[in-house]
Amino acid sequence: MAGKTISEKILSAKSGQDTRAGDIVVASLDLTYSHDGNRPLAMELLTSMGTDRVWDSSKYILFLDHHPSPNAVSAAAHTKLRAFALEQGVRLYEMGDGISHVVLPERGHIAPGDLAIGSDSHSCTGGALAAFTTGVGSTDMAAAMATGQLWMRVPESILVRCHGALPSGVGAKDLVLAIAARIGADGANYAAIEFAGPAIDAMGMDGRFTLTNLAIEMGAKAGLIGTDATTEAWLKGRLQREWTHLTADPDAVYREIVDIDASTLTPRIALPHNVDKVVAIEDLPRTRVHQVVIGTCNAARSSDLAEAARILKGKRIAPGVRLIVTPSSRDTMVETMQSGVLATLVEAGAVIATPGCSGCAGGCHFAVPDVGENVLSTANRNFKGRLGNAESFIYLASPATAAASALTGWITDPRLHQEMIP
Amino acid sequence: MNIAGRAHCFGDDINTDYIIASKYKTASLDPRDLTRHLMEDIDPGFGQRVRPGDILVAGKNFGCGSSREGAPLVIKAAGIGVVVAPSFARIFFRNAINIGLPVFICDTSAISTGDDLEFDLEAGTGRNVSTGAPIEAAPLPKVMINIVRDGGLAAHIRKHKTFQVA
Ligand code: SF4
Repeated sequence: MAGKTISEKILSAKSGQDTRAGDIVVASLDLTYSHDGNRPLAMELLTSMGTDRVWDSSKYILFLDHHPSPNAVSAAAHTKLRAFALEQGVRLYEMGDGISHVVLPERGHIAPGDLAIGSDSHSCTGGALAAFTTGVGSTDMAAAMATGQLWMRVPESILVRCHGALPSGVGAKDLVLAIAARIGADGANYAAIEFAGPAIDAMGMDGRFTLTNLAIEMGAKAGLIGTDATTEAWLKGRLQREWTHLTADPDAVYREIVDIDASTLTPRIALPHNVDKVVAIEDLPRTRVHQVVIGTCNAARSSDLAEAARILKGKRIAPGVRLIVTPSSRDTMVETMQSGVLATLVEAGAVIATPGCSGCAGGCHFAVPDVGENVLSTANRNFKGRLGNAESFIYLASPATAAASALTGWITDPRLHQEMIP
Repeated sequence: MNIAGRAHCFGDDINTDYIIASKYKTASLDPRDLTRHLMEDIDPGFGQRVRPGDILVAGKNFGCGSSREGAPLVIKAAGIGVVVAPSFARIFFRNAINIGLPVFICDTSAISTGDDLEFDLEAGTGRNVSTGAPIEAAPLPKVMINIVRDGGLAAHIRKHKTFQVA
């Protein structure tokens, strides 16, 4: 019998049966979470499932991350969610605590081998800890809150092997944009992606989360990375539970294997309005930027902000450019304040936004661009209208490229600032 | 369950932000208020033109992007009887079934805007009445058929307390 992928191992354990790709299982959930962004709210649908209690109050967590600058409608939703959290005895992370996908691993809510769902498409982010985490809609979430279960088709897996070492000035975001270009916006639909190889082994946790976060932009149900010494070191002091290492079996069966040579990569840019419309920076015609965003659950963790600060240190962003920096969580904010990174960014001209989704989606009422403007963002999505103005253009890039571009006012190769990159 | 109506065709990779722009997420809590903004950023005026009973036809990967149920809810509120595409993004696909918006997976390359279509959802068959061509659907997993039969996921869970996968 062939070995198992990470998905097959986790879904076998959580469904209590020996399952393989293609099987339909009902699995028990370790964690469920929702945010303030989607309507209807999952909690509003709970009673329609025939109960008014969450099945296990310690396994449901609420986040007020999507509307850090609420209007009257979202303020009312916040009030409802706070009341629900109190009444049910569930944990709620407040405005300013950060983005769910960043906070959950950071605060030790996700362990390798866990099965978790969030009512947000980027719930795949937690897979960097070898946990099967995936996104669902509010009705699936309400059913999960009522039963503690979810039905699922065990996905086939695509193995992405990242060979070689990333050159200096080229990061996890460039690698994952290159992968997205190869796989395409729906190339991994219904499947799970496993990232492996020397370039992943050498990557820190922040970069790994950038990879798994983008899995959904290829249609994937989950993006997974096996555990290793880096995972172990990162989890130390965060995770208060026992856990065991989890990797795919060497003879696991994959639907497809994608090989990519990290050592030949250059910075990548996703062009408006598709995440998989990716070009190498050297092939991009001269492109003006009006607004730069270093934020979102994709690439605004401590090391992302530090990378931007290395490029911006002692400099001033170009006239006519706005630089918006959103630390992805309160912990990221504190860490970058203490290390001086945030001061460097502010001195260079950055506006610091509330930790959360500020600057990612139009519903945040923040960083809305004008008609005809170009935005360069470290986000995961550049759909038309994403920032609240369908007549603007969003380019996606790494934190290093974002910083270099803020300095010049044009989309700029960060390797031109090589001396600032260690 | 039989559905007949007029086709409105869209391209590949229609994401949830195009179905309903995220800036309207907090504009109203009632999907009926938002139907006039349906597909606004890619086909202005569609929300006003669409008629109850119309059929939304798309290319591959329909509904990619966000997990927001507002997307299928607004389509349903506009009176669209069924969404037809060769493939759907998985979260949208689950959401549509869960809220009771029928979806039909089939080749859509020979369907044009204005064609009259008819579908038998249970049988998984359909016909392009305008061209006479038959349409065949990929089968749904049993659990989804059970959810559709029960009238959506909430009714399914109220009835069974869990998921009926067989
Ligand atoms: S930062 Fe953006 S992509 Fe991430 S959860 Fe928030 S809105 Fe979604």
